[in-house]
Amino acid sequence: MSELSTTTIPSTSRSNSSSWYVCLIALALLAFTPGHAEAADDVLRKVAVADPYLEMHTGPGRGYPIFHVVDRGESVDIVMQRTDWYLVRADNGTEGWVDQAQMELTLKPDGSEVDFARATLEDFTNAKWEGGILAGDFGGANVISLYGGYSLNPHVSIEVWGSQILGNFSNGWMGSVNVVHETWPDWRFSPFFTLGAGVIHTSPKSTIIQGDDRTDQVGHVGAGLRVYATRRFLLRAEYKSYVVFTSRDENEEVEEWKVGFAFFF
Amino acid sequence: MESRFRVLFLITLVVMVSGCAATKNLFGIGNDEAPPPTSEPPGQVIDPEVERREIKEPAIDREDFEIGAYAGLMSIEDFGSSTTYGVRFAYHVTEGFFVEATFGQAEAGLTSFESLSGGARLFDDRTLTYYNLNLGYNVLPGEVFIGEGRAYNFNFYLIAGLGSTNFADDDRFTVNFGAGYRFLLTDSVALHVDFRDHLFDNDILGREKTVHNLEGTVGVTVFF
Repeated sequence: MSELSTTTIPSTSRSNSSSWYVCLIALALLAFTPGHAEAADDVLRKVAVADPYLEMHTGPGRGYPIFHVVDRGESVDIVMQRTDWYLVRADNGTEGWVDQAQMELTLKPDGSEVDFARATLEDFTNAKWEGGILAGDFGGANVISLYGGYSLNPHVSIEVWGSQILGNFSNGWMGSVNVVHETWPDWRFSPFFTLGAGVIHTSPKSTIIQGDDRTDQVGHVGAGLRVYATRRFLLRAEYKSYVVFTSRDENEEVEEWKVGFAFFF
Repeated sequence: MESRFRVLFLITLVVMVSGCAATKNLFGIGNDEAPPPTSEPPGQVIDPEVERREIKEPAIDREDFEIGAYAGLMSIEDFGSSTTYGVRFAYHVTEGFFVEATFGQAEAGLTSFESLSGGARLFDDRTLTYYNLNLGYNVLPGEVFIGEGRAYNFNFYLIAGLGSTNFADDDRFTVNFGAGYRFLLTDSVALHVDFRDHLFDNDILGREKTVHNLEGTVGVTVFF
């Protein structure tokens, strides 16, 4: 989605404004739709086959059969990419899916190698943006969280969190802003420490207790682990200790454990 | 006289020609013309004044995201079956794994008690809404054939996740799991047939219990 350019206008406009139109047409014309067809008359990236041959699969996945082969020296146009597979069009108009390993053996028209960038551990360390989903236990209640983060440098990042808390006696939501410090951001298993503040809103369940909705300020400290999995994918586990600044005499302390996954961009 | 002039002329000609050709600097004439030998590599006779064109390569269109809508039937335990509809958003991480978010709603019917007693309703807002965050895996990718000349890609996937269901004025922590078919009409448009079970704890009928809410839907998605 981030790599949209002027050359991809047909597909972007199709997927935004007129997507439902396309859906309906597709449904209506099921009987007339040829399999494995893709019409995109845009300017495409051209590469030449340098390996003895380029194998075209019928679909973007390991199991799909090879149905066409492009010989060395011939060139193909890249129509689009999905995960690690590329839809390419041969000079004779045949379209098929080629995996990244084979695409890396193709050359640009000027003879230089094509760079099919793939996220690595280095990107895990240096990526600017991150977002993910975590779930776990918040003082005995279930919690589901979404977060987005921005790295100021490889060590320090700022995160915004939104959580829904679903307990037996009360429900609620929480929003917070965190500062995260990673001591060894270049490690595959990268530990971090976090500090933050926010707001928590709780409302008792309708069937059990008659009580009032409450909104309180909350502060927390925590620690956790980010683990680079593959591509842009990482696993994350963390513990946070919250202090809820209630309007009553005593503050409330809540412990939270969460695990989940995230992506970096 | 004529022969002396001829000899002199010939001698001058020979000296000039030989001087120009072989001993260019014999008389110190060519010093200014000769370029310093270090300024240019040998063989660079013509300096091509051609501007290099920066060729901007078009970015490859990534289509890892999938968005769409679905409709079907949902059986809400104790509250009958009703139509359900929702939207689906997915990101394909690898050819196998994808993450998905769904938002849906259904209208709950009456319990047997409510129907038989004739009047008293347990609660007024009968709309059930839910959201789920799921992880899916394409277990059985393959092709299906319609007639002799057409082949379509399809996927059988397993999916499970967490979310929240708002029902009877409360949010309820919900676990859902299921399986589905993704049938690709083209490389960018897919039909879905999906079966899910939504589990949550419910105490509406007086006693806390875990309820199973089965949902079967069909939908359309577009990759972008």
